Amino acid sequence: MKLVIERRDTSSPLLRFGAPVVSIVIALFFAGALLLLAGVSPLEAYREILYEAVGSLYGLSETLVKATPLILSGLAVSLAFRMQIWNIGAEGQIYMGAMGATWVALFSGMENHWLLMVGMFSAAFICGGLWAGVAGLLRARWSVNEVIVTLMMNYIAILFINYLIYGPWRDPQGFNFPLTAQFAEAARFANFFDTRLHSGFLLALGCALILYLFMERTIWGYQIKVIGSNPQAARYAGMRTGASVFWVLFLSGAIAGIAGFSEVAGLQYRLQHGLSPGYGYTAIIIAWLARRSALGVVIVSLLMGILLVGGDSLQMLWQLPIAFVYAFQGLILFFLLGSDFFIQYRLKLVKGIHHG
Amino acid sequence: MPELLQIENIRKTFPGVVALDDVSFSVAPGEIHTLLGENGAGKSTLMNVFTGLYHPDSGRMYLNGEPVHFTSPRDSLSRGIGMVHQHFMLVPAHSVFENILLALDKVRQVYDRKHYQQKMQKLIDTFGLDLDLDTEVWKLSIGAQQWIELIKLLLRDCRLLILDEPTAVLTPQETERLFKVLRLLQEQGKSIIFISHKMREVMEISDRVTVLKKGRSIATLERGHFNRETLAGLMIGRDRIPEWQRNMQMSEKIILDIKNLSVRNDRGLADLDDFSLQLKEGEILGIAGVAGNGQKALAEALTGLKEVSKGQIFAGLVDITHSTARSSYISGIAHIPEDRKSIGIAPDLDVADNLIMKSFKNSFFRRGIFQNRSAIRHNAEEKISRFAIKSGPEGSPVRYLSGGNIQKVIIARELSEQPRVLVALYPTRGLDIGSAEYIHKVIVDGAGRGMSTILIAEDLDELLKLSDRIAVMFRGKLVGYVNPRQTTREEIGLMMSGEKQDQQP
Repeated sequence: MKLVIERRDTSSPLLRFGAPVVSIVIALFFAGALLLLAGVSPLEAYREILYEAVGSLYGLSETLVKATPLILSGLAVSLAFRMQIWNIGAEGQIYMGAMGATWVALFSGMENHWLLMVGMFSAAFICGGLWAGVAGLLRARWSVNEVIVTLMMNYIAILFINYLIYGPWRDPQGFNFPLTAQFAEAARFANFFDTRLHSGFLLALGCALILYLFMERTIWGYQIKVIGSNPQAARYAGMRTGASVFWVLFLSGAIAGIAGFSEVAGLQYRLQHGLSPGYGYTAIIIAWLARRSALGVVIVSLLMGILLVGGDSLQMLWQLPIAFVYAFQGLILFFLLGSDFFIQYRLKLVKGIHHG
Repeated sequence: MPELLQIENIRKTFPGVVALDDVSFSVAPGEIHTLLGENGAGKSTLMNVFTGLYHPDSGRMYLNGEPVHFTSPRDSLSRGIGMVHQHFMLVPAHSVFENILLALDKVRQVYDRKHYQQKMQKLIDTFGLDLDLDTEVWKLSIGAQQWIELIKLLLRDCRLLILDEPTAVLTPQETERLFKVLRLLQEQGKSIIFISHKMREVMEISDRVTVLKKGRSIATLERGHFNRETLAGLMIGRDRIPEWQRNMQMSEKIILDIKNLSVRNDRGLADLDDFSLQLKEGEILGIAGVAGNGQKALAEALTGLKEVSKGQIFAGLVDITHSTARSSYISGIAHIPEDRKSIGIAPDLDVADNLIMKSFKNSFFRRGIFQNRSAIRHNAEEKISRFAIKSGPEGSPVRYLSGGNIQKVIIARELSEQPRVLVALYPTRGLDIGSAEYIHKVIVDGAGRGMSTILIAEDLDELLKLSDRIAVMFRGKLVGYVNPRQTTREEIGLMMSGEKQDQQP
């Protein structure tokens, strides 16, 4: 008798939908055990998390605020995933996008709101896109591994932003804090319902819709799917794979750049340290869990938003350490990724094989 | 003579295919025994049975007269049976020494480097190989890399060496040296199972030859009882050549003229060497040749997947060798690739999407930047019914289709644009008879409409049945043309092994 792992030919919709649900339940169970050890009633804690995250207008708005950069950067990463390109650099591209938007907001001299919005959007789009485009060019021309390049360029981007905010872009009235000056009203998104929820969320949803149409309905999306599925077949069919690699990475970086734009224009109103607490990395997990679909990215991002906001309440109400929140999020992700394995493979018991 | 390894009545099936059917074979100590057979005759499967990778469904296997069954290649290796694969199992960035060490059993974590170096050097000296233990493998020639594989096995005291087409990648000089080494090994009492397509080598080195055909061992002949003609005849079969099935409607107009074409592969060797070929309008031109003699390079050069290093290709009077002229012409060339799964389809996409892979930019399938989904779906419905593709539920990825149906998808796509030229590589390889027949019919029908076909196949029956003319390739060169209605298998077989020059048609 032997336990073997076997690839499934097909996976039923029930399995694909059910496995993540089951895995979340299991994760909640394990996290519950941890909560019990910490002397907190799990059921009460979960109710509190849910209430904090979606139970009030304030909680809901905070969840959506958190989800906004996650949706955008998740879309960015998942677009590249469709072509089997691994963009690990969304984090850096967010920063570069934010930088572009900040430059327009502070130094372009424009004052009209809509002009500023378009200008900031375009600058973020181009900065993020070019930043990722470097990796695209290297990959297309000289087959340089894009994982390494995009990852390394994160550090360059973040340190470059540091240089700007400690140096030339530092707010002269900022008491030497490493921040740029605040954006003028005209360079900010509108807020809704007296909360921190801003138009960036609508922008993110719009991007999801456009990206969906792009992938599923246009001839470019079609080419990306063919190349992602089998680059050799694409070349055989006469598609220009090199150019596609560049443009897909450019577009991926551009969308991540928009996430940066949305953060500075909608939330922080300035370029500063810790602009993104790792959204670009979380985006990789989101893209993975969303399994290539734009709708999936939105759903998973909302879930992550709930985890982030709800996790905060654990800290505040029960004085649990922040590490506990991370452990809680880690458990959920761990089991979600684990369920992915069972969707693609099955375990099978085989009896010994007899030979004639 | 007591046999070292003996198998009797081995049968091995895979789902839907009988790979080996009642095969018996044996090899004696100090014997070089050649296995001969066309591709698909079951040679590889048989090798994998010897090394324990496959377990036969039935039949018996004896080692030194004792019944055995090997559970894995590791198991058979520990019993003294080793194999040199066609694709070497080496770590290119490591030195020769490290690669050999890796293959050894029971090397301690802290090992005596000198001891092993001496052991290896002794073997190298014994056989007069020219191999430096400290060189990294990637710097070595293919021939030298093969020595490493051999030394690995010898250091593990293998009594039986299985060499899978060892000469396919060697230059004639390297082959000579290999044969010298093999003879030395033979004197030491080692047994060797040798696989080759090249008749000259088989004649030179073999003590015995066993011919496999369609999964059966059909004859075992001792030295002195075989010659080139008998072997070629046995390998390819003595059945009557199938009847000519189609009307001659070939014009004398030359649609594609290939002049002195050379194509180099990634290693810089010539896959096509001064190759010339003429294709007439409405003709089915068969290309015969042992796999790996430049057929693939020919197809890739014609379809624009590979750069031509020398020579010219003319379409009519237009030179389409380089430049943009070719890319526009290429759209008129349909290509059924050799490896249908790895380059013919996008496996995660459905049938409809795969059918438009080459024509997705046509105005018919798009509305501006958007795809015209309904046109794409209609196209799929029409092709699926016309080519009888069993496609499963709508939207299911092509990779779940059977090989025959995948091939039909490719053919439906390639022939949908009314191509002037079809380049078909092994279009029926691995297909069941029904699908193969269907594909034959499609090719013949196309010829009736004036499409010219270059049909590259390894099954001579198929070539003889379909072709108007057959061109024979050997080592990247054209050996000559034969007329399928006048030739014999023996003649083609000899030309395929580079033995006999042709007559012009």
